[in-house]
Amino acid sequence: MTSFKNRAAVVGIGLSPFTENCGKTELRTTCETIKTALEDAGLTPRDVDGMIKQTDDASDEHAVTSAMGMPNLTYYGETRWNGAPCGMMMRAAIGIAAGSCHTVVICRAVNGGSKLRTVPSMRTSGQMSTSDLLHWTFHAPFGLSVETGSVAMMTRKYMAQYGIDKDAFGDIVNVCRENGARNPDGFFYQKEMTLDEYQKSDMLIDPLRKLDCRQEMDGAAAFIVTSLERARDLKQTPIAILGAAQATLPDTESMAGLYRKDIAGMPEVAAVGKRIFEMAGVTPADIDTAQLDDSYSPLVPIQLEELGFCQKGEGVPFCSGGDQIRLNGKIPVNTAGGSLGEGHIHNMNHIIEAVRQLRGTSINQVKDASLGLVVSGAGGPASGLILGR
Amino acid sequence: MKMTYVQGIPILRPYIDFDNEEFWKAHQEGKLVFQQCKNCGLTVHRPRPMCPRCLDTEPNWVESTGLGKIYSWTTFRYDRAAYPGIQVPYIVVLVDMVEGVRMLSNLEGVEPEDIEVGMPVEVFFDRVDDDLVLPKFKRRET
Repeated sequence: MTSFKNRAAVVGIGLSPFTENCGKTELRTTCETIKTALEDAGLTPRDVDGMIKQTDDASDEHAVTSAMGMPNLTYYGETRWNGAPCGMMMRAAIGIAAGSCHTVVICRAVNGGSKLRTVPSMRTSGQMSTSDLLHWTFHAPFGLSVETGSVAMMTRKYMAQYGIDKDAFGDIVNVCRENGARNPDGFFYQKEMTLDEYQKSDMLIDPLRKLDCRQEMDGAAAFIVTSLERARDLKQTPIAILGAAQATLPDTESMAGLYRKDIAGMPEVAAVGKRIFEMAGVTPADIDTAQLDDSYSPLVPIQLEELGFCQKGEGVPFCSGGDQIRLNGKIPVNTAGGSLGEGHIHNMNHIIEAVRQLRGTSINQVKDASLGLVVSGAGGPASGLILGR
Repeated sequence: MKMTYVQGIPILRPYIDFDNEEFWKAHQEGKLVFQQCKNCGLTVHRPRPMCPRCLDTEPNWVESTGLGKIYSWTTFRYDRAAYPGIQVPYIVVLVDMVEGVRMLSNLEGVEPEDIEVGMPVEVFFDRVDDDLVLPKFKRRET
């Protein structure tokens, strides 16, 4: 059977600054980061014949091709919600392996801080999909109007089920902020957090504190993916896509499946993990860095459990004190800071950092990193990726 | 704790369609109903176009006992992270009903400190607006 394993590689990355208000349209930051990524790869818009975006993203492929003068686009598509980024990598790799395209742009821009978004938020949009309508019809009248509330209920059950103490997630936030404080590209550069600050942080939606939650901001990211053969002739060390998968299951919803028997877990992440480890032919012990979805801090220990880095229910003790997930720990997590410590661009920057680690150019470089794992969209429709050099 | 709605900000309305209208209509008569498959008898919530077990498309709508237990809950405490039409704090709960389905709702008449997983609750109906009745929950004495 044909596989896309080791057939495509990331050869260019572009990341915008993270700001509260960038003063630009999302289309402009999309195009700017694509330009950066093309320059990083040593390619031009003429070389691009594929494009993958996220369903909520405002910058459609025809807007980008017009804006950047891309005359050769013949392969495009999109993947869903926060779970999109690793799935976007998968679509790119599949298109390349199948011979439908040679060089694919992957892009995402969100003006989340300034709220100058081209796509209105779901709650004011008249253009909701069926699953959005199902979600909002049965939740919004009761005041559950933000996904944070769903994550809060999942977290509450997780804490009750495994006897987890209040404030136990502070160590995870601390490690992300510690990594992010050293990262000049990040929103939280030189802004370390103390556990005292964490414990005094406002309780937003019980048991989630303000510092447990990613902050909305403006940002954009782009990647260039091409065939492994072509990648060998380009400027950068090719970072190969060794495994990628998506998972949606019965009762999957955005961020937390509240109607399944046991909500203190993430079966989508388990499904993704099983598939990407099998495909790449590696195990959790082989992975050098894990860039996990930290939109909300409690997602991190649950992902570590579902991926097999620790046993079920042991994610919080595993992260306790932070040493096992720090740079020299058993599995360094979110080495550039992730959503909580670098910036929130719906998990796109997590893949950027996985690539930097494998190129050996991370600000928090893990020595000899050769295999990187990324998860997007934990708790909801998830996707996962294993990259290698 | 009783919920207070903010004047001038509309409560978000359910999007009522062919699949779910029976559920919402029943509240006007003070009834909580769930969808039950005519063919295999599986009870589900939320309403859907097809039985996920046998794929039959003909449901019955059966009246619930209104009794259940708290599965999980959260308190919206911070106004900027809550729906602006409802005064914080307010409690959102997941209730496991005796019919074997889970539903999301609000809990009233209980302070957050007194809630625990497994606490018995029963439904009541709150006319929150002229055209909208919501099924909510209160503590059940056992």
